[in-house]
Amino acid sequence: MITIVDLGMGNLRSVENALKKVAPDQTIKVSSNEQHIYDAERVVLPGQGAIGTWFQTFRKLSLSAALEDAIKNKPLLGICIGQQAMFEHCDEDGGVMGLGLFKGQVRHFKQFHSRSANLKTPQMGWNQVNQTQAHPLWKGIPDQTWFYFVHSFCANAEHAADIYGETDYGHNFTAAVGKKNLFAVQFHPEKSQHAGLQLLNNFTQWDGTV
Amino acid sequence: MALAKRIIPCLDVDAGRVVKGVKFVDIRDAGDPVETARRYDEQGADEIIFLDITASSDDRATMADVVAQVASEVFIPLTVGGGIRELTDISRMLNAGADKVSINTAAVFNPAFVKQASAHFGSQCIVIAVDAKQTDFGENPKWGIFTHGGRKHTGIDAIDWCRRMSDYGAGELLLTSMDRDGTRSGFDNELNRRVSEAVPIPLIASGGVGNLQDLVDGVKLGKADAVLAASIFHFGDHTVPQAKQRMAEAGIEVRL
Repeated sequence: MITIVDLGMGNLRSVENALKKVAPDQTIKVSSNEQHIYDAERVVLPGQGAIGTWFQTFRKLSLSAALEDAIKNKPLLGICIGQQAMFEHCDEDGGVMGLGLFKGQVRHFKQFHSRSANLKTPQMGWNQVNQTQAHPLWKGIPDQTWFYFVHSFCANAEHAADIYGETDYGHNFTAAVGKKNLFAVQFHPEKSQHAGLQLLNNFTQWDGTV
Repeated sequence: MALAKRIIPCLDVDAGRVVKGVKFVDIRDAGDPVETARRYDEQGADEIIFLDITASSDDRATMADVVAQVASEVFIPLTVGGGIRELTDISRMLNAGADKVSINTAAVFNPAFVKQASAHFGSQCIVIAVDAKQTDFGENPKWGIFTHGGRKHTGIDAIDWCRRMSDYGAGELLLTSMDRDGTRSGFDNELNRRVSEAVPIPLIASGGVGNLQDLVDGVKLGKADAVLAASIFHFGDHTVPQAKQRMAEAGIEVRL
């Protein structure tokens, strides 16, 4: 079973549809029930909208223990806010402490570089991902493939060893981050056509090792 | 490497059927929105917008069904517009599988709705559709916001309105020139450029595309982040790959 953690934000239907498409034989559950996270073999941590609300809901639903178990033991895929939440801190919503699974900060695009001054935010659309390291989730996906992004805040991982993909929007930011059984992407694989489905397909077969 | 400029086909849907005639060489049913969306997806469209032009509210549920079917087969962003007036209209479309909704008239009559919608669902899924028409010509041109298919001037200045919608949390603007819509004489790029430079959010240019050069001009002259087209694709005059090729040749970053 693959459980998509439902924090009541944004469109999880797309993630569900895409996983059902690539893994028709597996049970896909969209749930905010901790038991469904405990029972899952793989967990997807998605998210859209504001990270402050994301963490509020996360705490209200008391999912910390179940998610901690998944973080330690299961292949886990973070998407968008699900990726940002894995860093130490995010500037959004007056500043939010993250899960601290990866060293680094999440900041607004405009905070970065003078070159970013006239950037449109959100970054909305297709951009290329530079695969900085090989990973089982990149299997069958050429380097510099286009993925669909929608976000105004972006992460910059501090340890190069954690970075699996970078994308340029005003500056290079961390588009994919990973460590052991964790992999997280800023883009939306569920909206990234063939390449996105390939990544999700890789995830449904991933044993959580690199 | 940079963010690609997007090409977005727009489909008008009436009671669950694509209208305005969509023509693909080997399509079985030109009026089927699912099949049409699938074809545009295969051609490499970057997103698809459905505009529900259904008159009766009874048929609104049909649109949600259409979205659900498309979303289970097409894995690129889907936007749905037409008849989005309340938060429940937005939930219904997002739950069906839409990624964004486009709000037009309801924003004009109740601007606070845009604030509510973006606070509730996040700016990323709120597109504000703006219908503008030039009202002053000459050295200081002005454009106004029109409703009722361009017949009724609201007295609101288009540039001011776009700024306000951005401030209220819109994630993107879909700007249609009512002067150019349906004329196939090209976008109103003076309007597009002024709006694009006035707001920090992405701009989708719409209204007037007649050939592939118009798409290039929308990006180069109109500073649009995305270009919307209906008839040049629907009638089979041009395909999405041809459009992308032309844009790439003009030095525009596109997803090929």
